[in-house]
Amino acid sequence: MIAHVQGDNINYLKTRSGIMNWLVTVDHKRIGMMYLASILCFFITGGTFAFLFRLELWSPLKEFLTPDQYNQFFTLHGVIMVFLVVVPGIPAALGNFILPLQIGAKDLAFPKLNLTSLYLYWLGAAIALWSIVAGHADQGWTMYAPYSLSQNPAVLWMMVAAFFLGFSSILTGLNFIVTMHNMRAPGMTWYRMPLFLWAMYATGIMQIFATPVLAITLILLLIENFFGIGIFDPTLGGDPLLMQHFFWFYSHPAVYIIVVPGFGIASEIIAAFSKKDIFGYRFVAYSSVAIAIIGFVVWGHHMFVAGQSELADSIFSFLTFFTAIPSAIKVFNWTATLYKGSIDLKTPMLYALQFLWNFTIGGLTGIILAILSVDIHLHDTYFVVSHFHYVAMGSTMVAFIGGIHYWWPKMTGKMYNETVGKIAAWLVFIGFNATFFVQLIMGSLGSPRRYYHYWDQFQIYHQISTVGLVILAIGLFTALINLIGSFWNGSVAPANPWGAKTLEWQADSPPVLYNFTETPIVTHGPYAFETEKA
Amino acid sequence: MATASTGLPEHHVAHHFDSAEQEFDSVKTGMWLFIASEIMMFGALFVGALLFHTLHPAAFSEGSSHLNWHLGAINTFFLLTSGLTMGLAVIAAQHGEQGKVRMNLVLSIILASGFLVVKTIEYSAKFEHGTLPGRLWHAHGFTDPFSHIFFGLYFVMTGLHATHVLIGMGMMIWALYRSTQVKFTRGYFTPIEMVAIYWALVDLVWVFLFPLLYLIG
Amino acid sequence: MDNSKTFWLPEKASTFVDIVDPAFNLYLYISYFFFFLIIILVTVFTIKYLRRRPDQLATAQITHNLTLELGWTIIPLIVVMGLFFIGMKGYLHMRVAPAGYMQVNVKGQKWAWSFEYPSGAVNDTLVVPVNTPVKLALTSRDVLHSFFIPAFRTKADVIPNRWHALWFQATRTGVFPVECTQYCGTNHSYMLTAVKVVEADAYSEWLATASDPGKGKTPEQFGAILYTKRGCSACHSIDGSKAVGPSWKGLFGRQENCGAGGMVMVDEAYIRESMLSPTAKVVMGYQPVMPVFQGVLSDREVVALISYIKTLK
Ligand code: HEA
Ligand code: HEA
Ligand code: HEC
Ligand code: CUA
Ligand SMILES: [Cu+2]
Repeated sequence: MIAHVQGDNINYLKTRSGIMNWLVTVDHKRIGMMYLASILCFFITGGTFAFLFRLELWSPLKEFLTPDQYNQFFTLHGVIMVFLVVVPGIPAALGNFILPLQIGAKDLAFPKLNLTSLYLYWLGAAIALWSIVAGHADQGWTMYAPYSLSQNPAVLWMMVAAFFLGFSSILTGLNFIVTMHNMRAPGMTWYRMPLFLWAMYATGIMQIFATPVLAITLILLLIENFFGIGIFDPTLGGDPLLMQHFFWFYSHPAVYIIVVPGFGIASEIIAAFSKKDIFGYRFVAYSSVAIAIIGFVVWGHHMFVAGQSELADSIFSFLTFFTAIPSAIKVFNWTATLYKGSIDLKTPMLYALQFLWNFTIGGLTGIILAILSVDIHLHDTYFVVSHFHYVAMGSTMVAFIGGIHYWWPKMTGKMYNETVGKIAAWLVFIGFNATFFVQLIMGSLGSPRRYYHYWDQFQIYHQISTVGLVILAIGLFTALINLIGSFWNGSVAPANPWGAKTLEWQADSPPVLYNFTETPIVTHGPYAFETEKA
Repeated sequence: MATASTGLPEHHVAHHFDSAEQEFDSVKTGMWLFIASEIMMFGALFVGALLFHTLHPAAFSEGSSHLNWHLGAINTFFLLTSGLTMGLAVIAAQHGEQGKVRMNLVLSIILASGFLVVKTIEYSAKFEHGTLPGRLWHAHGFTDPFSHIFFGLYFVMTGLHATHVLIGMGMMIWALYRSTQVKFTRGYFTPIEMVAIYWALVDLVWVFLFPLLYLIG
Repeated sequence: MDNSKTFWLPEKASTFVDIVDPAFNLYLYISYFFFFLIIILVTVFTIKYLRRRPDQLATAQITHNLTLELGWTIIPLIVVMGLFFIGMKGYLHMRVAPAGYMQVNVKGQKWAWSFEYPSGAVNDTLVVPVNTPVKLALTSRDVLHSFFIPAFRTKADVIPNRWHALWFQATRTGVFPVECTQYCGTNHSYMLTAVKVVEADAYSEWLATASDPGKGKTPEQFGAILYTKRGCSACHSIDGSKAVGPSWKGLFGRQENCGAGGMVMVDEAYIRESMLSPTAKVVMGYQPVMPVFQGVLSDREVVALISYIKTLK
């Protein structure tokens, strides 16, 4: 529509090279790539902490960490994984890159704001790293008062870090929603939007409405630490449960901020690799939004033994069960999509099917935690740890890695090695399930979480879990090396290597600076695959 | 109506937008979403304050009785009036009356400063009496042991609000500067509209803060 | 009845087992059903519709089927509503103690538990009679803790400045572990104790001696008992090794460097002050984490502890 400036037809990686040009770029693709690199670095960092404390858990005795170090390590692991990896994760890295391409826009609505988000992320990350140097942060990622009110400088820095990261997350969500409202290409109606975008939309809503509550919680925690105003500290007349309510009012929606983008990726991959229109497109789209909305009223299920009233517990339990419905819709619709498809088990598809497996286990274990009487027994045991790793690592991160493989040709213009990719996917599957399935058993047998020392009877479970992690780590590193290696030895990627129908595959691989050489006009839905002539 | 010919250049649509409408709509949607997020943040704070009101009612009425509601009322007047002048600025911008826009902006800034002056008077009184948050508290003559929580919340809430007033004033100054750079037209008055929306939030929060802290005992 | 642990659940020793275990097992079968349903369908479809030629297309494009979609909306809805009622019913029973219970006050502190009986007995393990409803009133002296008895299937957070309750009825005698399940700092994972379930007459006998622990003992002996019963052992060693707090070995008569408080000679008065207001003088190199024992230790106990510390040369 609008005439293009000269030089626009060069791919985005090549337009202006040099570090400085990357650092001041406002191109959503470059920003997405920088997010991706940063997030993967932190994923490795968080994984390293997990690896270290899982080695310590090899026996109930002291291996090489003191209890204090153990506590710091799981805190750092939790904080890094949540605030620096999975929460920004898919939206900031892949969403940034893919979203404008999928709706046929030249960029996000606010490119400079997008760059600001990235810098806020880096600032938050730097402060989080600084807190490791500044002392010992050992408050757990949940930061419950009054333990977190000890005026420990490292804890305070970590709160400041989370504040900036939250800000970054709000701005990303805002940018995405505005873009989807106002920048869709001609013909791109809401119901022609790929499901990944519906997922981004639902995520954006949660980021905008839930994250500010985290911000105020952190501000209050900091003020309480410095001045002791008596809002959370029971000795000053405050209420520690209020802090928990505030925290979970954010952090429950946050778990859906984490997983819903994963749903989006799974929908894209499953459709593309079975060459099928998604079964029940509208149900899948609406269910993302439904999860976002229900997610706001269930936070109290983290506090069933914390001392709320019986009435509150019952209401929260009741509402929590409704999250099963949209999730069930999705799982069954993905399964039905496979029916009569043309299924190609390429690497991304292996991750998508693995996602389905893990999410079913993770979701089902979530439902049992919502059963009041049973949660009294399971709360704060390894069962909960396993539940959330099945959904956060097994579902979200696995979908993320699947998505990276799926869009890798688009992002870099290179094809990774398919065989190595498949081997890695299998290692991840086996390793992950070995690590975390035993934790379900251990947890329901009564093994508490955040335990440096444990009863001898649990040693065998811990050992299986640690061995599982070794397999998982080998798988992940294989995948990473395979992807990075493709820069040197990968074949050149065609525009549409998978034969997918969404808009991003109409752009070049890698896309040019403003994405499309001509504004695309959309005439059909995102999964308009043909059928075999009988 | 005299559409003052200002001789300023017209606004250029950013490259990645297709049209001026698209740009305007985007900025506006973005602003409203941002406001929604601000409301959630203040909302949580209000819920917390109400909870403490039910937990320690005596402390609240005692604390509240130490606030000067006259000053609060004057501030309410300042803010509401500045909200009006901001609204007038938007109308003027739509009509391309650059001079009126500037006048209304300046009025708004003056009223907002008035608000801050009164706030400073109030704060310094608190510093004198030692009704300060938490550990800094050294006030005398309070009977309820939890009165300090009221002032803790008072400072957090009004402090956060005052920060927003400052940011709003910064935005007004920026809009004033913008008015010397581009011509506002019916097609382009985005900066003024955005400041006005933001300022409406600042007003709104105060409209709830004032009764909560000064009036409800 | 078989009370030993099963594959999924720990040993059984309270009436709550009949609430939690059936709900858990029922749900286990529901999960097996849905999990295998999905996995089998996925596997069958994948094998049956695997792409065999590169250009192979789907054999049909089925965009929706309202009956099916309503089916998998409504059936899970019914299932989860059933689960909600089962859970809530059991839970309300678990939260409301029946009439005629016996009460014990439980105090959590970093990293020890103390159990206070109405008769005045104080102990570091919980001793209760079998087949009797027992209500625990829980509170904390410092941060949050949580009181968990896996064999009884019950747990509750322990909150400072607030009482939170929990009840149970043990169904058989034995010793069952108790764990702290709310993160509370360095030695969270060592904040363990046990509940000892005994026959009714053994219980009364125990209670009689426990209510008067100093009886027939010298202050030194009594102090030695308090050292563990009052949780001092969580932070202080008696063999000279450094723990969360300074060791008591050779403490009496030592010169302590209390930073801003200057050098202090450890005598009776100082030890007493250290127990009753520990933050008054904090020894260099330690965090001010020791709980306040003012109003917790009786005068007799303070004297006994001092006498005991004096013996640790
Ligand atoms: C990505 C993150 C993610 C996701 C998606 C979920 C999803 C769910 N979670 Fe989870 N959860 C966490 C992350 C997540 N959770 C974290 C991080 C914690 C612990 C935090 C901490 O304490 O540190 C936690 C803890 C947690 C608790 C508190 C446990 C405790 O501490 O005692 C509860 C309790 O209700 C719960 C419930 C649920 C439920 C009901 C879902 C549902 O949304 C699941 C819905 C999905 C399905 C049900 C599967 C698909 C459906 C079918 C196959 C159909 C058939 C099903 C039925 C008929 C049941 N979660
Ligand atoms: C969502 C985030 C997330 C993720 C992904 C993980 C990943 C892992 N977690 Fe973590 N975990 C949490 C969030 C997460 N965790 C949280 C919130 C807690 C609670 C903290 C608290 O109690 O406060 C916790 C706690 C926790 C515990 C409990 C500790 C305790 O209670 O004492 C354990 C124990 O086993 C554990 C293990 C692991 C393991 C083995 C992994 C593994 O999956 C890690 C695997 C990763 C690697 C080995 C790195 C290698 C990566 C690459 C090479 C990159 C590959 C890149 C591409 C392929 C592109 N975690
Ligand atoms: C949570 C850990 C903790 C517990 C439990 C604890 N203490 Fe301490 N105690 C400390 C620490 C830390 C110090 C050193 C800092 C200080 O002086 O406050 C200390 C110091 C002391 C001192 C002074 C020692 C010196 O070297 O000057 C005495 C005496 C003492 N404790 C007695 C007790 C008694 C008696 C009990 C039990 C009834 C007890 N403590 C329980 C942590 C603990
Ligand atoms: Cu006490 Cu954990
Ligand atoms: Cu939750």
